[in-house]
Amino acid sequence: MKEYTYTEKKDTRSGFGAGLLELGRTNPNVVALCADLTGSLKMDAFQKEFPERFYQVGIAEANMMGLAAGMTIGGKIPFTGTFANFSTGRVYDQIRQSIAYSGKNVKICASHAGLTLGEDGATHQILEDVGMMKMLPHMTVINPCDFNQTKAATIAIAEFEGPVYLRFGRPTVPNFTPADQKFEIGKAVMLNEGTDVTILATGHLVWKAIEAGHALAEKGIDAEIINIHTIKPLDNEAILNSVRKTKCVVTAEEHQLNGGLGDAVAQLLGRNLPTPLEMVGVNDSFGESGTPDQLMEKYGLNVESIVAAAERAISRK
Amino acid sequence: MNNVNPHNKSIDELKQVAAQVRRDIVRMVHAVNSGHPGGSLGCTDYFVSLYFRVMNYKAEPFNMNGEGEDLFFLSNGHISPVWYSTLARAGFFEVSELATFRKIDSRLQGHPATEEGLPGIRIASGSLGQGLSVAVGAAQTKKLNKDENLVYVLMGDGELEEGQVWEAAMYAAHHKVDNLIATVDRNGQQIDGSTEQVMSLGDLRAKFEAFGWHVLEADGNNFETLLPALQDAKEATRKGKPVMILMDTEMGFGVDYMMGSHKWHGVAPNDEQLEKALQQLAVEQASDY
Repeated sequence: MKEYTYTEKKDTRSGFGAGLLELGRTNPNVVALCADLTGSLKMDAFQKEFPERFYQVGIAEANMMGLAAGMTIGGKIPFTGTFANFSTGRVYDQIRQSIAYSGKNVKICASHAGLTLGEDGATHQILEDVGMMKMLPHMTVINPCDFNQTKAATIAIAEFEGPVYLRFGRPTVPNFTPADQKFEIGKAVMLNEGTDVTILATGHLVWKAIEAGHALAEKGIDAEIINIHTIKPLDNEAILNSVRKTKCVVTAEEHQLNGGLGDAVAQLLGRNLPTPLEMVGVNDSFGESGTPDQLMEKYGLNVESIVAAAERAISRK
Repeated sequence: MNNVNPHNKSIDELKQVAAQVRRDIVRMVHAVNSGHPGGSLGCTDYFVSLYFRVMNYKAEPFNMNGEGEDLFFLSNGHISPVWYSTLARAGFFEVSELATFRKIDSRLQGHPATEEGLPGIRIASGSLGQGLSVAVGAAQTKKLNKDENLVYVLMGDGELEEGQVWEAAMYAAHHKVDNLIATVDRNGQQIDGSTEQVMSLGDLRAKFEAFGWHVLEADGNNFETLLPALQDAKEATRKGKPVMILMDTEMGFGVDYMMGSHKWHGVAPNDEQLEKALQQLAVEQASDY
């Protein structure tokens, strides 16, 4: 099992803020909109340095999506910022009609996704956002795993023409991906080559998958671990190549099993390469208040669940 | 870089164009036995005024980004027949394409869309309440780009029941989006009845003024007063406030049996009714597609 090290834990939302600030300096067409959560989204540095390209929208997310769609007409690249819940479920129809169906070059940047939002509870812990966004034609869905990768993804989506949903979060997680690693949309990142089981992880579950890889190695299981930072378009080739070798799969995500990464992988395998599949995620329930760590434990989004899922998958070969 | 209106027609000529557009509308909805003639007929004079006199633009080749030209957005997308006919007559695409309205493989979707690449359309609309936000965003990009042209947007009056409209209204005033002329088609009708019966809109002038807008009122079915009102609206731009025209129209205007009733919101005329409508919509030289 390959060793990964990190010097500090950082939040992915700060990676977004850093990426946005860099874009402000390098791409004059980038504009930013925020619905009264500038500090939470780490957009304050951009706001301070580029006030003429920053739009405070107030608590009006539907309007924000329409504004962003309109701003693309004339060549601007709008980045919207609010919590993942208010970036998707609250404004689904606005995104569907004015952004996705209209093919507008809007970057929907969503923080505080999933259970790790923590104490605010289920009203704010959206676990359905990836599903909603990946169902929309034309939409690209990205869920990076750490600070560096979120920063790189933020910069990469500005170069890409088309609507993008970029999902990140609040807690600090190990910042282990190389700062200079280029972010390639739709291209999975191989973290560890193995032969016994393929573990496909996204977002905050990527580091837990690495930890699970070590735990499995101690049991004599050689896991292949892949970071699926882009859920749509899925890197079909990378997944199928791995599964042909290992012959069983585990997916891990901070999202409902319905509609998430596991769902997408099940569809891919069912159509192309039927294979035993185990899924780690939230199983058709809402979240609740608690610390991020408590919630991830209670809902089984942890190392033990990934290890157990891998053993189940192997036993089904 | 800056464009002018490519037609710049006189009032007499505008009346002829409007009659032709109304003929197109009733023929389009009759041909597929679906679509929305009532609001389309009511807003015909407004569309013809914009595209044949007021707005500065270039029809061909169509430029999605619209630099150096005025932009128009239709928020109440169900009145697509009047927009399609006006766009075709103004030179955005062949008039013969109107015959494909609402048919399979057409660029003229039931509600306006960009997906099929119809020239003149910059955003999909149909799900109500979204167009004002889009227009405000486009107007702010014009400001960033130092583009002196204006952004126009039309909404229905029933559409004002959607909350997003008021989010956008608050935002536009706060951010001083003063290169925008919004218009409400105040025909007083919606699907289930009159707006007063379904959801009374109250004093719209007072409401928009309270939101920080410069408000004008106009008769939308009379070129002699509509054109000066549109000129007044232009002159009210760039003074720190977004501009709103509350435009009174009669649903179904020009076809006597459709006028003033919500019943022709989304119903097409039958063969006999079509003939009657076309008799009433006479033009000196009809050029039906």
